[in-house]
Amino acid sequence: MAKPPNFKFDTLSLHAGQRPDPTTGARATPIYQSASFVFPDTDYAVGLFNIERAGHVYSRLSNPTNAVLEERIAALENAVGGIATASGQAAMHLAIATIVGSGEHIVSSRSIYGGTHNLLAYTLPRFGIETTFVDPRDPNAFKNALQENTRLVFGEILGNPGLEVLNVPVISEIAHSAGIPLLVDATFATPYLCKPIDFGADLVMHSATKFLSGHGVVIGGLLVDGGTFDWEASGKFTTLSEPYAGFHNLNFAEEFGPAAFITRARKEGLRDFGACMSPTTAFQILQGMETLPLRMQKHVENTKKVAEFLLEREEVDWLNHPMLESHPDHELAKTLLPKGCGAVFSFGIKGGREAGIKFIESLDIFSHLANIGDAKSLVIHPASTTHHRMDAEALKNAGISEGLIRLSIGLEDSSDLIADLKQALRASQK
Amino acid sequence: MYFEVNSLKTYCSNGSGKLDPTQKSVVFIHGAGFDHTTFVLASRYFARQNYNVYAIDLPAHGNSSGDPLESIEMMSDWLYTALNQLGVENTALVGHSMGSLISLQFASDHSKMLRSMALVGTSIPMPVSDPLLNAAKENSHDAFDMANTWSHSKAAQLGGNENPGISMMMSGQRLYERSKTNVLYADLNACNNFTNSKELARNVATETLIIVGDQDQMTTPVKALEVASIISDCRTLRLNPCGHAMFAEQPNAVLDGLISIV
Ligand SMILES: Cc1ncc(COP(=O)(O)O)c(C=O)c1O
Repeated sequence: MAKPPNFKFDTLSLHAGQRPDPTTGARATPIYQSASFVFPDTDYAVGLFNIERAGHVYSRLSNPTNAVLEERIAALENAVGGIATASGQAAMHLAIATIVGSGEHIVSSRSIYGGTHNLLAYTLPRFGIETTFVDPRDPNAFKNALQENTRLVFGEILGNPGLEVLNVPVISEIAHSAGIPLLVDATFATPYLCKPIDFGADLVMHSATKFLSGHGVVIGGLLVDGGTFDWEASGKFTTLSEPYAGFHNLNFAEEFGPAAFITRARKEGLRDFGACMSPTTAFQILQGMETLPLRMQKHVENTKKVAEFLLEREEVDWLNHPMLESHPDHELAKTLLPKGCGAVFSFGIKGGREAGIKFIESLDIFSHLANIGDAKSLVIHPASTTHHRMDAEALKNAGISEGLIRLSIGLEDSSDLIADLKQALRASQK
Repeated sequence: MYFEVNSLKTYCSNGSGKLDPTQKSVVFIHGAGFDHTTFVLASRYFARQNYNVYAIDLPAHGNSSGDPLESIEMMSDWLYTALNQLGVENTALVGHSMGSLISLQFASDHSKMLRSMALVGTSIPMPVSDPLLNAAKENSHDAFDMANTWSHSKAAQLGGNENPGISMMMSGQRLYERSKTNVLYADLNACNNFTNSKELARNVATETLIIVGDQDQMTTPVKALEVASIISDCRTLRLNPCGHAMFAEQPNAVLDGLISIV
C-alpha cells in the first residue's frame, strides 16, 4: 500500500479551511460581518479568552471568514497556521513584533519592496530594532552580518527590482546554524510557484493585495508559521519560550509546540497592535485564491510571451527575468520556482527618463499605477514616479536605471498586450 | 514542569495552572509519537478549574528524555512510577490512542488510584498495518504521512478547524516530524503487540467514558464500541464528523465529554 493520497494544490485552493456552512448550507464562504460573537455562558466565555475553548470572541482576534482564509493559506504553504492582517506591511510588522524587540537586530536582503525597506531602515530603529542589509546573492554576506542580538533573517523570494532568487535552502541553513528563523516574503511567487517552507524557511508572509487576490480590489496581508523552528532549542526567543505575563504566564513553546509562534502572534500582536483584516476583505481574497492555480499559469505564460517579444525589440536595452539563461539565478530558479518566476519584471528602455515617460503615457491597456499582481496588466516607471526625487546617481545606488520600466503582466490576451507595448515602444523613441 | 522518573528528566504540562494537594487531579497520556501539546486546550480548562493537571510526556517524547518504552505494560508501570514521583494518589486518567491502552492497563493494575477514565480513540486490540509499521521502522517520512492522514476525517483533511487559523493536518505532521528517531516505531509496535487487552478490559471497574470518532480509521468506531461493551461501567460519546485526531478535530465536544467524566 502506498502513501495515502493527500488533497492537491488545486483542490486546496478551492476548499481548504472551509466546510459548507453548518446552519445555512451555504456553499460559498459566508462573510461573517460581525464585530463580536455571543458567548453561550460565562464559563464558556472565560474558556474562549483563556484558550481552553476553540472559537471566536471578537473580530480583531479572529473571525470565521478570516479563519477560512488563514487555514487556506496555511494549507497551500504547508504551514501549521496563518493570520490574516490589514495589509502586507501589517503581516511583516506582526512577524517582527512577535519575535524581535528593542535592542535586537535583523539581517535583511537589500533587494526588497520599498515599503519594507522603509520599515526596516527608518521606522524600526526608532523602536530600537536595527537592520543590516546585504546582497541577497551572497550567502556569506548574510553570515557575516549575523550578530549576537540578531533575531530574524529576511528576504523576498524574488528580489526587487532585480528578481534575485533567494537561495532559501542555503540562507535558511545559515540562519538555523545561528539559532535564528528565516522569514520570506513570497508575494511575487505565491505558493503556486514556490513554497518557501518546503525549502527551509520558517515563516512566510504575503501581500495578499497582489496575486493571491488577483482582482486588485483589496489591501490585505497573510503571515504563516511553518511550525518547523524549535524556539526552545534556540534559546534566543524569550517571547516564545518563557512565561508571558500578558497571558497569565503562558509559555507558548511549551504549550503549543509547533504552533507557538502563530499562537503568540495572534494572542499578542494581533490583539495589541490590532492590524486585523476585515471579513469582507478576507472573503474577497478567498474569491481570488479559488482560481490562483489557473491565474498563475496564465500570468507565467503571458510573461514568457511578452518577454520574448521585448527581447527582440531594438528600443529595449536590457530585460531581467530569472527564466532567461542570462539571469544569474536561472539555475537556482529551476529548483525553487520550477513552474515559473512570476509575472513581475523590469526592462530598460533606450532614451532614459524621457523615453520612459513617453512610453508609459502611450500605453492603452497597461495601467500606470503603483501595484503589482493584478489580473490586469500594470506598469510603472520608477524614475518618474516612486523615485522621482532621485537623480541618476541616487537611482543607480538603488539599483534602478533612469530607463527602468517595471511590468506586472496580467491575464489579457497576450497578443493585445504585445500590440500595446509595440506601439508605446515606437512612441517612446519619437 | 520537569521532574525525574527513574533518574530521567521528564516533562509534564500543568496547563499553566498551580498544583495543590488538596485539589483533584487529572492526568493526560498522549498517543504514539505525540506529546502533551495534544491536550493543551483541555489542560488549560481543568487547570483553571483548580484541578492539578499533569499532561505527561512519556520517555523520549516531547520534552522528556530517555528511550522509548517497548510495551504498553512498561508504559503503564512507568506511569505508576511517575505518578508516585508526582505524589498523585488518586486521579482521573485521560488517554488518547496509545494512551488509551496505557490507561486500560493502568486501570487494570491500579484501579484504586483512578477516580474515572476517558479513552479517546481506542480499540482492542489495536493492530497497526504493516505498511505503517514498516515505514515507521525505517524512520521514513511516509510513516508520518500515513499516520497523520489516517488520523483525520476527510472533512478535517480539508480543514475547517474550530481553532481559528490553525491547520489540523500540518499541526499533526509537524508533531510527528518532531518525534525522535525510532519513537513512532516503538510506540506503534507496542500498540500492535498489546493483544491481551480484552481480558484487561473485563477487569476494569473504573467509571469510563469512551470518545468515538465516526470516521476514525486508526481505531474504528466498531472497535471502540466493542471496548465500551466490555467495560462494565462505561458510557460513550460519538463525534461526527470526526477522525482519530479528536482533540484537534472536535476540541469543544471532547472537552464537554471530559468535563462529564473527569
Ligand atoms: C513584495 C511586497 N511585499 C510587501 C508589500 C506590502 O504589502 P501591502 O501593500 O499589502 O501592505 C508589497 C506591496 O507592494 C510588496 O510588493
